Amino acid sequence: MTGPGTTVHPPLLSPGYKSTILRAPQQAPILLPHSLTELTGPVLGEGPVAAADADLTLNGTGEAQGQRIVVHGQVRDSDGRAVPDTLLEVWQANAAGRYLHKWDRHDAPLDPHFTGVGRTMTDAQGNYRFVTVKPGAYPWGNHPNAWRPAHIHFSLFGLAFTQRLVTQMYFPDDPLFAYDPIYNSVPEFARDRLVAGFDLSATVESWALGFRFDIVLTGAGATPMESR
Amino acid sequence: MSAPGTPSQTVGPYLSIGLTWDEGPHVVAADASDAVWLRGEIRDGAGAAIPDALVETWQPDPAGRFHTPGFRGLGRCPTDDDGRYAIRTVKPGVVADQAPHIDVTVLARGLLHRVVTRIYFADEPAANEADPVLARVPAERRGTLIAEKSSDGYHFDITLQGPDETVFFTI
Repeated sequence: MTGPGTTVHPPLLSPGYKSTILRAPQQAPILLPHSLTELTGPVLGEGPVAAADADLTLNGTGEAQGQRIVVHGQVRDSDGRAVPDTLLEVWQANAAGRYLHKWDRHDAPLDPHFTGVGRTMTDAQGNYRFVTVKPGAYPWGNHPNAWRPAHIHFSLFGLAFTQRLVTQMYFPDDPLFAYDPIYNSVPEFARDRLVAGFDLSATVESWALGFRFDIVLTGAGATPMESR
Repeated sequence: MSAPGTPSQTVGPYLSIGLTWDEGPHVVAADASDAVWLRGEIRDGAGAAIPDALVETWQPDPAGRFHTPGFRGLGRCPTDDDGRYAIRTVKPGVVADQAPHIDVTVLARGLLHRVVTRIYFADEPAANEADPVLARVPAERRGTLIAEKSSDGYHFDITLQGPDETVFFTI
């Protein structure tokens, strides 16, 4: 994902984010010409995904604590075409900023009714929508008094191996942006593409706020028949 | 002209809550004929095992076909506390003029975007010799892309950094 036209991505070595220092490869990557292996990709279908998986407020054992939100958007490719029927996986901290993970030792309460995990498929027009609670910010050990801005992790396959994307969605006007080396690892011109917009039209009256987060997959496109 | 893309961000340390599937590591069923285990360990530039990584594999079936009904082609396994992954699959067939290979995505805390590599097979020396992708790789580094035969399949370690750094690709 470091090829021409993909400079929206952060450099692998971003020393402000300490974990990159021993994990970023040092050798220049080698160009892999696209063959059928790269121009195809997993087609997962609806099988592993149930409609209930798109509501994180209810997919635990009861109703989650926190500010209910709707997150929706469209997934497109770099030519502006909708990416239909692709799996979108999300995971996040709870409203207090705690993950349901054995390594998360943050002194904030777990919510017994919140797993923080959701899945959905884009529809025929590339649109997706899920319901969750707004995640809390949380401290981490990168530097003194380090806090991650509130975010939701996203994972997408797209229509080809080239299009695989894992990213994080942030919330508008977070005062922690200025201090976060992960957010700031992205070239400055592209950072706002990681920030959802408040979307009044997506709110559910008397029930949940709405945010819109469109996603553009930069990898080379999907249909091998066209590309070869 | 391309539309502006969405930037990548790290998968973070808690990837396993979001990306673990029970059947993720099983590209094929346990009783599939010619099933093999693809096993290995992921290490950082200090040689330490990486316990918060995810390996994803994408491959054709043994006849070199993608999207065969009943064959998912995708493997996904988070590393364990010792940095190890294990994916049960079948050896892929030949695609066009290339030696049998599996495309691999590696995600981890500390990787701000995925890295991509390929697995080739040590028991295909003639095909590897003629492979146009391996030919692009300096000879002294090709070995990092070759999985060795093991007792129950193949072994393929991934080193993110350092003298034994795995070859990664731009796609």
